[in-house]
Amino acid sequence: MTDNVSLGMPQLPAPAYPADVRARLEEDAKAIIDRYPGSRSALLPMLHLVQAEEGHVTRTGMRFCADVLGLTTAEVTAVATFYTMYRRRPSGDYQVGVCTNTLCAVMGGDAIYEELKEHLGVDDKGTTDDGKITLEHIECNAACDFAPVVMVNWEFFDNQTPESARKMVDDLRAGRTVEPTRGAPLCTFKETARILAGFPDERPGAVAATGGAGPASLVGLRLAKGETPQQTRIVHPRGESAGQEGE
Amino acid sequence: MTLAAEINSSSPEKLLSPVLSAFWDQPDSWTLETYERHDGYRGLRKALAMSPDDLIAYVKESGLRGRGGAGFPTGMKWQFIPQGDGKPHYLVVNADESEPGTCKDIPLLFANPHSLIEGIVIACYAIRSSHAFIYLRGEVVPVLRRLHEAVREAYAAGYLGTNVLGSGLDVELTVHAGAGAYICGEETALLDSLEGRRGQPRLRPPFPAVAGLYACPTVVNNVESIASVPAILHRGKDWFTSMGSEKSPGFTLYSLSGHVASPGQYEAPLGITLRQLLDMSGGMRPGHRLKFWTPGGSSTPMFTDEHLDVPLDYEGVGAAGSMLGTKALQCFDETTCVVRAVTRWTEFYAHESCGKCTPCREGTYWLVQLMRDIEAGEGEMADLDKLADIADNINGKSFCALGDGAASPIFSSLKYFREEYEQHITGKGCPFDPAKSTAWADNHKEVTA
Repeated sequence: MTDNVSLGMPQLPAPAYPADVRARLEEDAKAIIDRYPGSRSALLPMLHLVQAEEGHVTRTGMRFCADVLGLTTAEVTAVATFYTMYRRRPSGDYQVGVCTNTLCAVMGGDAIYEELKEHLGVDDKGTTDDGKITLEHIECNAACDFAPVVMVNWEFFDNQTPESARKMVDDLRAGRTVEPTRGAPLCTFKETARILAGFPDERPGAVAATGGAGPASLVGLRLAKGETPQQTRIVHPRGESAGQEGE
Repeated sequence: MTLAAEINSSSPEKLLSPVLSAFWDQPDSWTLETYERHDGYRGLRKALAMSPDDLIAYVKESGLRGRGGAGFPTGMKWQFIPQGDGKPHYLVVNADESEPGTCKDIPLLFANPHSLIEGIVIACYAIRSSHAFIYLRGEVVPVLRRLHEAVREAYAAGYLGTNVLGSGLDVELTVHAGAGAYICGEETALLDSLEGRRGQPRLRPPFPAVAGLYACPTVVNNVESIASVPAILHRGKDWFTSMGSEKSPGFTLYSLSGHVASPGQYEAPLGITLRQLLDMSGGMRPGHRLKFWTPGGSSTPMFTDEHLDVPLDYEGVGAAGSMLGTKALQCFDETTCVVRAVTRWTEFYAHESCGKCTPCREGTYWLVQLMRDIEAGEGEMADLDKLADIADNINGKSFCALGDGAASPIFSSLKYFREEYEQHITGKGCPFDPAKSTAWADNHKEVTA
């Protein structure tokens, strides 16, 4: 980190967006600001918005947020650097996050993460040379009953194994369609960031994709309905080797 | 399962009580149409026929307690909102579910988002709020999509917007996606974050009920708490109090995870035990036994197999020395190294400490250094007392409960598994093989089955 510390002149202000981009983003920003009684509340969604424009939060993006909301760039930078979902350098189209919080790590998340690091030849937050994949380890993503969990552009890939995760990143790099176990067919990181800015996913079928609750979410309900205890431990990830569930 | 077991009181039909999860298996469970077919928005109609004060009293009498961890009575929270003060009132739903092990609100919102929206409209009517927010953690885009769609449907059907169902009530609902910060699950940090700032906890008082969002009276409730309200209205408080115990009435979602045969969501009356849940669901994974578990996420002191019969309600878990928390029952079997588990949780708290309070910011950092050394076999015996000492200096000495949460796994693991720590030190390394803990460790048995 220390080699980035500049001891000379402060950085010049970031360049502004080209006029057409700015005009388009201003319209989006207005729609965001209108959702809140106080304009500053729009800052987090607007940082998602500028991330949707450039794939990460640039100095230009932060300057835009500051200008529109009447904040200083220092105030915006303080916020942008606090939250882990804002990327601070150019990254891949697909953000692959392996949960390595305790439960997923123990259930195999550590092994999956090591496998992907070696397979992709990158370290934490590293991006593959083709610009497709950025790998990171993430904290608990509220899917512990589907452990081990991998998130790609914040869609759920449940009950993963090192093999299934490796195949998934290979498919992504080869441009094949990859579908999560819960969520919509993957779109790029930029498109995902736009949804996070509060603009609904307009793709037909995106909301309904992968159906209702996942299988683990239903085990209690099924027992309560008198169905015999189902061995829902999924030994192999869904979709790969059907019929191999159970003990 | 034997016939005798089926007919005795341990049968799942008797022990479980699906309410919020009752129709998650129906086609298109997340849509308004399916929700309405399962009594959706009927509780709202009953609520609108009452006066707001009567409604608050009704929810209070039901005994509903917060499902986000602290267990504060929901109706009482609503009652604290000053009325006639001329200020706008806000309802903020905490959907920042991030406590390690906790996985109930996310499946609930994925499968049944309208139960939350109906609860929101009811709560807004009670506290005289015309603008509510759902603060959803950002890392769950599939849920965000369904919330966007459910809110759109609710506006179109007249459950949100101006003059809800002709009652004169106006409710605007904003879905707000966070950006990755565990601390934003703490209610005052969440409010700062919703105001476009770094998510750092505020000093209390003033409490949010007096000075919350934009310094106006604000109720912050957990998803499951608010989503439980419509059923209480529709089916009555007597029905609700017929479940659970006197001080912990009602139903709730228990999330079973880890080395169990059937991880998943189990909705049951408060007070069920882990033994009952495991008995009905196939127990631990075949050939293994329970070693340690958390009753409500990593911030609640861990339990062991001694605690299988502790009633999982607020009082029962409290009396046994832990907290009900979020009812995140993370179960680990004998293949799991407790030092490894606690090290990883401690790294999480250090990563997520917002940096505002010195004891938490510095203390979690030093805990990580010590834990990593011990796990790697480079610790000394004196480190164990040092760990406890640092944890003691964090616990209760910061603005919010994140520091307390960081201390919990340290204290409780030292209490129950000190020998295992000592083994790492005397043996100069970890005696466990992590490969044996993985979900696929016993796969060779499956193939031959």
